[in-house]
Amino acid sequence: MLEHLELFFKSIFIDNMVFAVFLGMCSYLAVSKKVSTAVGLGAAVIFVLGVTVPLNWLLDQYLLRDGALAWLGPEYADYNLGFLSFILFIATIATMVQLVEIVVEKFSPSLYNSLGIFLPLIAVNCAILGGSLFMQTRDIPNIGLAFNYGISSGIGWFLAILAIAAIREKIRYSNVPAPLRGLGITFIITGLMGIGFQSFGGMLTGDNEPPEESAPTTAEVKQKEEKDIKKEIAEDDKAVSYNEVLNK
Amino acid sequence: MALLSKKDASLISDPLADNNPITIQVLGICSALAITAELKASVVMAISVMFVLGVGNVVISLMRNVIPSKIRIIVQLIVVATLVIIVDQVLKAFAYELSKTLSVFVGLIITNCIIMGRFEAFALGNGPWRSFLDGIGNSLGYGIILVIVGFFRELLGSGTLFGYPVLGDPIEKTGLYALGYENNGFMIIPPAALIVVGIIIWVQRSRNRALIEEA
Repeated sequence: MLEHLELFFKSIFIDNMVFAVFLGMCSYLAVSKKVSTAVGLGAAVIFVLGVTVPLNWLLDQYLLRDGALAWLGPEYADYNLGFLSFILFIATIATMVQLVEIVVEKFSPSLYNSLGIFLPLIAVNCAILGGSLFMQTRDIPNIGLAFNYGISSGIGWFLAILAIAAIREKIRYSNVPAPLRGLGITFIITGLMGIGFQSFGGMLTGDNEPPEESAPTTAEVKQKEEKDIKKEIAEDDKAVSYNEVLNK
Repeated sequence: MALLSKKDASLISDPLADNNPITIQVLGICSALAITAELKASVVMAISVMFVLGVGNVVISLMRNVIPSKIRIIVQLIVVATLVIIVDQVLKAFAYELSKTLSVFVGLIITNCIIMGRFEAFALGNGPWRSFLDGIGNSLGYGIILVIVGFFRELLGSGTLFGYPVLGDPIEKTGLYALGYENNGFMIIPPAALIVVGIIIWVQRSRNRALIEEA
């Protein structure tokens, strides 16, 4: 139970798809002009990640990794089909997205109307493939955790796109320097939010995986100080966005 | 250039600046930012994308008349995935350390929006030679941004270029460090890449005001 909770918070805040590893940036920038569309896309991402990560976990476990074919018989035990993982993962994702689209259209037209147009976009969203690839490189031990990982990184992505969409709606009324308007200022805001999210790194509790930094050097201490200053700025931004979300 | 007609040459030169895939078309940001903390990784990433996009554009362009449009996304994904597997295996064989640094981001070339975007926008409607030029041009435009970001992040963040110390030794206090210069650790962390790209966009749009977006 504890490991579930830890993975859940870790994937939402510390390894946030957008702010820590920059996945799904294309749709993050393209679809974040309005809060309502951002919510639709975010929900679709959570959904598809929750379906594809456990599926790809099964593929990885019983087909792809070194010795995974042992269940077929001892003569298959030393096959390693790892090099096929890209093509199989992306095929699974593309198929699942189509399948999900058909099923949702059939059984819940109202959900289809809100998610529908975003589903085809999602097949080529890096966050989805990234979720499966990270699941593979991080050796997620069982299918429950894989499901948890998919859902929680989806939620992280959802929060990110929601926050930026809210900020972008408000920033339309501000006087941004002309060359920065639109794309430029969005990049910079995302950077500041990312710095804010970096501060969640301290949340990591007693774990089996050491934090990524080794012993702190002077440069890192300095980096920490700077982070703290920037964090405050970014958190002001975030506070604004959360207030807006509440107001909706 | 006698080799290329003027129209063909613009296929290569346009994406370098005024139609840059990252800063103008907003494509391919996903994998571009995370690996730019070092110049070396940026260069390798740019070369990998150039290979995948150049070859992929030609393949898709050759097949453009036989692909049924309903399943074209899946066909495109399979072509890209095959090319990316080749890149990944080559990197693992000849540059193992580097492929560890790039980790999942090599695989993520598959979903790099530049690739799908250029397939959809160009290769499906043009002949192989022009598609090849378009692929090279766009991946050069992508590479330039990657290299610029990588250059500043590595220089300001670790004081090195391609891993060689160019500003002196921070521990022995030689070169610039003797004057009290310090590395800016802030440049190493991921969000700095976003801010550097934001500044590049700012500079580019200030120089060419036709690119400014309506608010």
